[in-house]
Amino acid sequence: MSTVAPLTDAAPAARAPLTKKALTADHPTWCPGCGDFAVLASFYRVLEKLNLPHENIVTMAGIGCSSRFPYFVNTHGGHFIHGRSLPFSAGISLGRDDLHVFVFGGDGDGFSIGGNHLDHVARKNVNLTYVIMDNSVYGLTKKQTSPTSPLGFKTKTDPTGAIDQPVNPMRKLLDSGATFVARSHATQVNHMIEMMTRAAKHEGFSVVEILSECVEFFPGAFDAGNPRKGGAFQLIEEKKHDGSPEDAARHDPTDELAAFRLAAQPWPGPFGVFYEVKRPTKNQLEAELIAKAKERTKHASDLAMLQATFARVR
Amino acid sequence: MVSPNLPENLGGAAAELPAARSLNDVVIRLAGNSQDGIQTIGGFLARLAGRSDQDVMTYMTIPSTISGGPSIFQVRMGTGDILSAGDSADFLVAFYQHSYQSHIESLRPGGVLIYDKDHVTPNPDDKRFIAVGVPITTGTVEAVGGTGKDKGKNIYVLGLIARVFNLDVEKLSNLIRERFGGKSDDLVRNAMLAFDAGYAWPGESIRDIFVRFDTAAAAPASGRPQVTMDGNTALTYGLIAAGVRHGAGYPITPWSSIMEVLRSELQKYGGVFVQAEDELAAISYALGFSYAGRLAVTGSSGPGLSLKMEALGWGVMAEIPLIVINVQRGGPSTGMPTNVEQSDLLQAIHGSHGDAPRVVLAPKNVEECFYVALEAARIARTYSTPVVILTDQALATRIEAFEEPDLAALMVDSTPDLSERPADFKPYPLDRITRHAPPGSRFASNVFPTVTGLEHDEMGHPTGSPALHRKMTAKRREKIKALGNSLPVPEVFGDAEGEVLIVGWGSTFGPAREALQRLRAGGTTGGQLHLMHLNPLPPGLEAIFLRYRLVLVVELNDEGLYGYGQLATLLRARYAMPHIRSITKTDGLTFKVAEIIEGVSHHAAYGKLRDTR
Repeated sequence: MSTVAPLTDAAPAARAPLTKKALTADHPTWCPGCGDFAVLASFYRVLEKLNLPHENIVTMAGIGCSSRFPYFVNTHGGHFIHGRSLPFSAGISLGRDDLHVFVFGGDGDGFSIGGNHLDHVARKNVNLTYVIMDNSVYGLTKKQTSPTSPLGFKTKTDPTGAIDQPVNPMRKLLDSGATFVARSHATQVNHMIEMMTRAAKHEGFSVVEILSECVEFFPGAFDAGNPRKGGAFQLIEEKKHDGSPEDAARHDPTDELAAFRLAAQPWPGPFGVFYEVKRPTKNQLEAELIAKAKERTKHASDLAMLQATFARVR
Repeated sequence: MVSPNLPENLGGAAAELPAARSLNDVVIRLAGNSQDGIQTIGGFLARLAGRSDQDVMTYMTIPSTISGGPSIFQVRMGTGDILSAGDSADFLVAFYQHSYQSHIESLRPGGVLIYDKDHVTPNPDDKRFIAVGVPITTGTVEAVGGTGKDKGKNIYVLGLIARVFNLDVEKLSNLIRERFGGKSDDLVRNAMLAFDAGYAWPGESIRDIFVRFDTAAAAPASGRPQVTMDGNTALTYGLIAAGVRHGAGYPITPWSSIMEVLRSELQKYGGVFVQAEDELAAISYALGFSYAGRLAVTGSSGPGLSLKMEALGWGVMAEIPLIVINVQRGGPSTGMPTNVEQSDLLQAIHGSHGDAPRVVLAPKNVEECFYVALEAARIARTYSTPVVILTDQALATRIEAFEEPDLAALMVDSTPDLSERPADFKPYPLDRITRHAPPGSRFASNVFPTVTGLEHDEMGHPTGSPALHRKMTAKRREKIKALGNSLPVPEVFGDAEGEVLIVGWGSTFGPAREALQRLRAGGTTGGQLHLMHLNPLPPGLEAIFLRYRLVLVVELNDEGLYGYGQLATLLRARYAMPHIRSITKTDGLTFKVAEIIEGVSHHAAYGKLRDTR
């Protein structure tokens, strides 16, 4: 989006490729065995692959175990308040078209305290990538029920087992108006890298939900999706549009109803890209409004426009 | 200046009246319903006064109901400083019986009542006023014709007022054309028909009240012309002059008009204003813009400011520049959404959680709404801090004329600083004021900062160190104190020492100044001190306060549990001086000059330094 003035020179010559070493910051404070380590390692790989200008990457987060993420990534970044990292990050994206904005958070941040923000930033289709590390429990505050805790799960706030119907994350994300919705599992590194890379390249609001086990407070939560623990990692096969008979059975990610049907499958459900469509981003739409306004004012200088405004109220 | 100054003999029915008298200060109150467009004609009168280099001030009430309901617009025009909208009216135009009944007492004895004969039957026994019945509704219907019914009777009344006051018809016609010209030719034609009909209403019966409005005395202070606008508009364009190009908000009365204008205006300047899903998101967007190097604005009214408080605390902790506007209204809760109050001062200074020092400013009039935006942006950028601007419903909606700002000299460049930061750059240095480095800035160290709401060390790493929390808390406090020390000692108006110092903030400026002038004219020695910087306070106040026997703080809020308004509470805590006292009120209306004078007499009547509450 061409908002104010172009800020950075387009492509600095002969830039050294981004390496994991350059991207590593503080040592993570997560518990040993936490699923979030694998997400972090995958994110380094995604950034290495994308090889964006280092200073133009922004890593943001809200509050929670997973939201410690920005401290462990050496990029510009921020640790905002609980649940509101999306509107904050949307401000970054809309204010600066030259930046690449990644937002990390957990199920509490995304589906509970920040649920409303998720809906609205998604429907506005602000250009950024949001990764939800879902562990189905409040870990930082030491085991309370989360919005994705399954019925019957015993926590300190539900000692006899959770009684409130949990959020279906994929259905909620599809309903939000996000234009790229994918799901992955923290034990499947290559799949995570693929999903996050595709999300990062998607123009618009892209979101990847990653099941990331809390070994401390909800061990085994996602074993059903982990083949090494006897579960099934069922991949979504996307349509190849090759006219083959088997293609008819494959998933069309532009088919919203089909995506909702996938989201309705019983636990642990499928993994992969549920939904992917092109819709004008808010960044583009705002840029168009600016272009039209500038045309109307014949690209007058800021000073000339303000002087004209005051002249009208003399 | 004491209003009104119509000739004394105007009221007496038996008096011999000349055909036209000269007048240089007049208060006209228009009372009707909100859909009658009385704000429109009030606005025309204010603009006309501005164009004629008159001083002008307006006051209006709008019902908080969805459509309709009683509404008034009061305009005071004059030469010299107009400081308040006037305690009582010289002219009252009543559109309906309820308008007549509710507002007749606001007309000064001897004043002129013009009423719509089609809707109003005045009390025939009330001989205090000159009552003139005009068939406003039928006159308008006859003039305009068609299916518009009585639409346009506001313009009919404008024509009538133009005739009575001998106003500049050409300038008024131009204003009407400018206002309606963009819509349709029919609208302009109908408006002019209504105007001409009102102007031509048989003058014989109102000849007695003809007044020549004296424009000769007025002259602009400099070569620059006067502009006329309301406070919200002045604040909006002040932000644009200050280089603010981004922001976010959520609709709430009376803040909404700022965000409405910014939404369209900022696009012309290459910026973006986001209508967010709620107040919490609005301040978050704004902080995101600011973090990205685009100093941003968010705003609201009372309840909305409360919702923003958590994120405001983050802005203080992470040291991100930000402008937060709070157009105060009557509270708490939904309170009196279309009335004025100054009851958010303590919220603005102390709201949020933890020790979170931030800057709070308040403009005293419409003109200062423009300049306060520039000052807020300067402070936000220089001190990397959130700045709250406290305006209020009265300032937001009233129209004043003021000298056009020297825009060429004032415009601020808004390009963010993305220069490479040196190897020893620290995002939160303990020995100097934080300068935020937006993303896109390269770092010689190749170590990029994380801005954070966690307590942190100089590099932004989270810390639980007791020593660091103490040092960082002090760092955030000391930078605000440094700002305070850099401010000029405020000027006192009036006597440099004496019996009473009237202290105020925000929109009480005008009535307080007028009250002081009347007191001094009556022999009281006194001064006026009006504060724009409320947190931190400017230096030198202690010495000023010691020069007066009484320091009376005038503010539109409650006296609280201990008998002091919000600024008075702060000043007493800061200076520990028992002669700082309060004049407060909570009726949701601006101060009348007489109310302040009464408050001063009340305090003066008690013994020296004796705390009477």
